[in-house]
Amino acid sequence: MDEQAIATHTISVLVDNEAGVLARVIGLFSGRGYNIESLTVAEIDQTDHMSRITIVTNGTPQVIEQIKAQLGRLVPVHRVVDLTVECESVERELALVKVAGKGDARVEALRLSEAFRARVVDATPESFIFEITGNSEKIDAFIDLMTPLGLQEASRTGVAALSRGPEAM
Amino acid sequence: MEKQINGAQIVLQALRDNGVQHIFGYPGGAVLPIYDELFQQEDIEHILVRHEQGATHAAEGYARSSGKCGVVLVTSGPGATNAVTGLTDALMDSIPMVCITGQVPTHLIGADAFQEADTVGITRACTKHNYLVKDVNDLARVMHEAFYVATTGRPGPVVVDIPKDVQFAMGDYLKPTSVKHKSYQPKIKGEMEAINAAIDLIATAKKPIFYTGGGVINSGPQASQLLREFVKLTGYPITSTLMGLGSYPSADKQWLGMLGMHGTYEANLAMHDCDVMINIGARFDDRITGALDKFSPDSKKIHIDIDPSSINKNVMVDVPIVGDVAHVLEDMLRVYKSRAVTPDKKALASWWQEIDGWRGRDCLAYRKDDKAIKPQYAVQRLYELTKGPNTFITTEVGQHQMWAAQYYRFEDPNRWMTSGGLGTMGYGIPAAVGVQVAHPKGLVIDIAGEASAMMTMQELSTAVQHRLPIKIFILNNEYMGMVRQWQELLHGGRYSNSYSEALPDFVKLAEAYGATGIRAQTPGELDDAIKRMVKTDGPVIFDCVVTKEENCFPMIPSGAAHNDMLLADDQGLEVEVSDEGKALV
Ligand SMILES: Cc1ncc(C[n+]2csc(CCOP(=O)(O)OP(=O)(O)O)c2C)c(N)n1
Ligand SMILES: [Mg+2]
Repeated sequence: MDEQAIATHTISVLVDNEAGVLARVIGLFSGRGYNIESLTVAEIDQTDHMSRITIVTNGTPQVIEQIKAQLGRLVPVHRVVDLTVECESVERELALVKVAGKGDARVEALRLSEAFRARVVDATPESFIFEITGNSEKIDAFIDLMTPLGLQEASRTGVAALSRGPEAM
Repeated sequence: MEKQINGAQIVLQALRDNGVQHIFGYPGGAVLPIYDELFQQEDIEHILVRHEQGATHAAEGYARSSGKCGVVLVTSGPGATNAVTGLTDALMDSIPMVCITGQVPTHLIGADAFQEADTVGITRACTKHNYLVKDVNDLARVMHEAFYVATTGRPGPVVVDIPKDVQFAMGDYLKPTSVKHKSYQPKIKGEMEAINAAIDLIATAKKPIFYTGGGVINSGPQASQLLREFVKLTGYPITSTLMGLGSYPSADKQWLGMLGMHGTYEANLAMHDCDVMINIGARFDDRITGALDKFSPDSKKIHIDIDPSSINKNVMVDVPIVGDVAHVLEDMLRVYKSRAVTPDKKALASWWQEIDGWRGRDCLAYRKDDKAIKPQYAVQRLYELTKGPNTFITTEVGQHQMWAAQYYRFEDPNRWMTSGGLGTMGYGIPAAVGVQVAHPKGLVIDIAGEASAMMTMQELSTAVQHRLPIKIFILNNEYMGMVRQWQELLHGGRYSNSYSEALPDFVKLAEAYGATGIRAQTPGELDDAIKRMVKTDGPVIFDCVVTKEENCFPMIPSGAAHNDMLLADDQGLEVEVSDEGKALV
């Protein structure tokens, strides 16, 4: 493994869903100069009040190891797993993509959305909002294709991810 | 069901149940209910400081010299923001501390109320953990948890922010329990596999060195004991960081002195040339490693640390062991003995021969002066006239701090309190206050610089009020000496704003505070003056007038390697520092 190579990693963090926990995680990244490519967070266990934070970040192997150790040190953090190296994982992102246009562009946008299995969740005579899920590359590709066809704006959730197989982390 | 009590009473009860006897603090509107409770009890003694920064450093000195948790109590807003420097200091040096801050009542939070500050927001980055308690029924649990988090694992400061209405509210008190924390579970025992791998390396080493740090002190006196046994058993040389001084006796012949930027020639060269480095409770700080790419290039490295994030942070190691120093050393010793390891006598003899060669360089030698007091000489005389198991040294930050580390000698842990990681000028006087509270019979001396001492001088008033006979021994060179030294070496001798202009008369200043002032200006009068200081019952400011432009050597200039040291004889040489090096601090 190249010690200097920068790679993208998806890190899953189980935390107590208490006030300030997200600020701790984000503060750690900004304070120590780590990158955040995407971040998602929501409560996943109402009884025990646990949230899962999924962070896509990048760095050399040494930096990624530091990020994991630094996250693990936060008091409300239960578990930290690097889904990119420690297991096989499934990653999905959802995006809403607004495209406005008429005539051929509109028809082409609709045709492409079908090819990408996007759904129309809002429509007017001159616009669509598509809902698309997939890995981040697929969403990037879809948005790229929509750009010349009248892309107005997009909203992305960031990556949600789980390890494959029967076990929970 | 037990009778309900109010939040302030819960705080006091929780302090008692966590063994607290002393707290350092300063009152204000948002903590008045707690102060009212303090007034009506006698178990806990409150030491009133003169500035909240002083409370935090006093708590640090108290903690580091006693092994107990330091406790601070301050009001909201400015009380809390004034505590930030000491919290950061405690975080950097891994000092257990619980700091209780008052907060505006919950319904005013976010309203920019009078003396409101986002204390948990501000202190998030300078605490190990912090809490805002909005419900009185969480208060007891949070208080106990705060002590648990502050004192276990890698120790550190914890803030508990308590709105004033919560201090008045009635709630249930819960005793501390031994229930395991859900997510916070520091690892104490090292992995046996790693310990065995470490012993393999130690057993076959030809040029080994022990490199120890503050983690040994934090682990408790037992850790120092085990370290001594292990080092003796192997016959290997040992050095330590600034924070670790005292964990191994400096009188022993295996002791090489401190390492790092102002460490000894022999310690740094041995670190550079070793083949097996045994890092125990140190963190490869940049003051220690110098240029990372040139740091001990040919060694296999073992690293024992309780904090997994210290491993491979700055330096990649071969055998990481996550665990508490005392626990790991106990296991290591057992394995070492049971495997009947015998060090390579021949290799070791020639390694010691090499080291003795470096020792022969006598890197701490300096030119004596019989008219003016050299700062090094002052510390040497202070050491000779005050040494003993009941003497405690604190310092400020600067040249005097390095001279204290080099020329004062420590035989036991918990006798040396200094701001290492943050390098906080103004640490020493309040820290001495805290040490003296923990050790009322001890001889507590702050080896100070005149500039640093001015930063928290007001705590002398605390010492006078509480009859704490601390001695502030100022190496007065009329310069921010360490700044001046860097300006001499790196900025063409342009002493921009580093002269200590308009200094007070320290003897009169002491008297104004109701303390004793003593001045020494010549080597001839130094010994008697020090003896007078020791004999004085109350606090003393000792104005030790020293040569003004002395430099602190040895020195590894920024960006240089361990084997590239400047020694005293190099004084006056133009120092070549790369542009990269100049950019470093
Ligand atoms: C709070 C703070 N401000 C600034 C510095 C930067 N600094 C480091 S050493 C030093 C000079 C200290 O002067 P003095 O206390 O007289 O000690 P000397 O070096 O002369 O022994 C300064 C300004 C610091 N370490 N801490
Ligand atoms: Mg000075």
